[in-house]
Amino acid sequence: MEFRDNKAIYLQIGDYVCEHILLGKWKDEEKIPSVRELAVSLEVNPNTVMRTYELLQNKNILSNKRGIGFFIAEDAIKQIKLYRKVQFMDEELPVFFRNLYLLDIGFEELETRYKKFVNQTFTNP
Amino acid sequence: MITINNLNFGYSKHNLLFKDMSMQLSAGHIYGLLGKNGAGKSSLLKNIAGLVYAQSGSLNVMGFNPAKREPDLLADICFIPEEFHLPSIKIDAYIMANAPFYKKFDHAYLNVLLEEFNIPISNKLVNMSYGQKKKFIIAFGLATQAKLIIMDEPTNGLDIPSKAQFRKVMASALTDDRCIVISTHQVRDLDNLIDTVIMLDESTIALKASIEEITQKLTFKKMKELDETVIYAEPALSGFNVVVPNYHQEDSKMDIELLFNAVLAEKKKLKPIFN
Repeated sequence: MEFRDNKAIYLQIGDYVCEHILLGKWKDEEKIPSVRELAVSLEVNPNTVMRTYELLQNKNILSNKRGIGFFIAEDAIKQIKLYRKVQFMDEELPVFFRNLYLLDIGFEELETRYKKFVNQTFTNP
Repeated sequence: MITINNLNFGYSKHNLLFKDMSMQLSAGHIYGLLGKNGAGKSSLLKNIAGLVYAQSGSLNVMGFNPAKREPDLLADICFIPEEFHLPSIKIDAYIMANAPFYKKFDHAYLNVLLEEFNIPISNKLVNMSYGQKKKFIIAFGLATQAKLIIMDEPTNGLDIPSKAQFRKVMASALTDDRCIVISTHQVRDLDNLIDTVIMLDESTIALKASIEEITQKLTFKKMKELDETVIYAEPALSGFNVVVPNYHQEDSKMDIELLFNAVLAEKKKLKPIFN
């Protein structure tokens, strides 16, 4: 995983975990990698991963079964969408809008491109 | 795990390297020890390991005074120095001669580490490159299962794949009952690995804070134009990299080099923020 420049590492790891759940790489109500396993694979401090897991537990995306480990919570996907949507609207959309405005990109062109992107990226062959 | 109280230390009586230094380190953390050349990083590590003696003040490491060099303490310290000398014997002979000093020595784990680091056991220590030697003493040190791990510039001499291996090994080596202290100039090698920064400057600890605390109090970001809130700034592509007080509870990523330079240049502005 490539870390970006500006966002706290524990939040970037949060995004990484959420993506794995959204894309179904980690399955519903399955045990996810332990704090140590994820820290080793991402080459980060285990305390940082712990902070991420605690955050996602507070957002009802993960649940902690004492002594066993962290699991994907029941309606994790709904919770992730809620959490990520707020983040997206607050952080990414303003930058995106600014570029639309500066570069004179119209909504029609955007819609065509959006549909094409979804088709190419997310539909199974 | 480590308590330092009013430590005064210097290689000559008239020229003290540390004046009245006090600090506590606890288990379950990876501390990154930073400082300019000659700030005393290695000397502090040597004090903790009992390799040099302080003029005055007290040093308590897991209940022992390290200057007494008691075997029960030394068996629980793994010290990886920056400069080291290895005897002209084969790896297995070295292990046979040195592992018995460590009651908890884990031979199976050592073999795993040597394999991960790509070090052939039949090699003679003196015939290996500096990087290979370094990887060997890191592997041996971790296999001692010591509770206190002290590393002075561990990534010096490691090639690019070995640095990634090293980070993985260290991430898995951190347990709740272990304390890891790493001194380094190669901050980019380790910035996601350490959870607490200790910075030495001008004979004392200029900053000791967890990354969580640092990013709660400071924001690291890019700005197009400087304003009066800026504590420290460096010119960058299309603007400045700046350190500002974290007024809006932003969760930024700590830039450890920027922090380092900010602490050196703006001690007076930063001090009240961290006290």
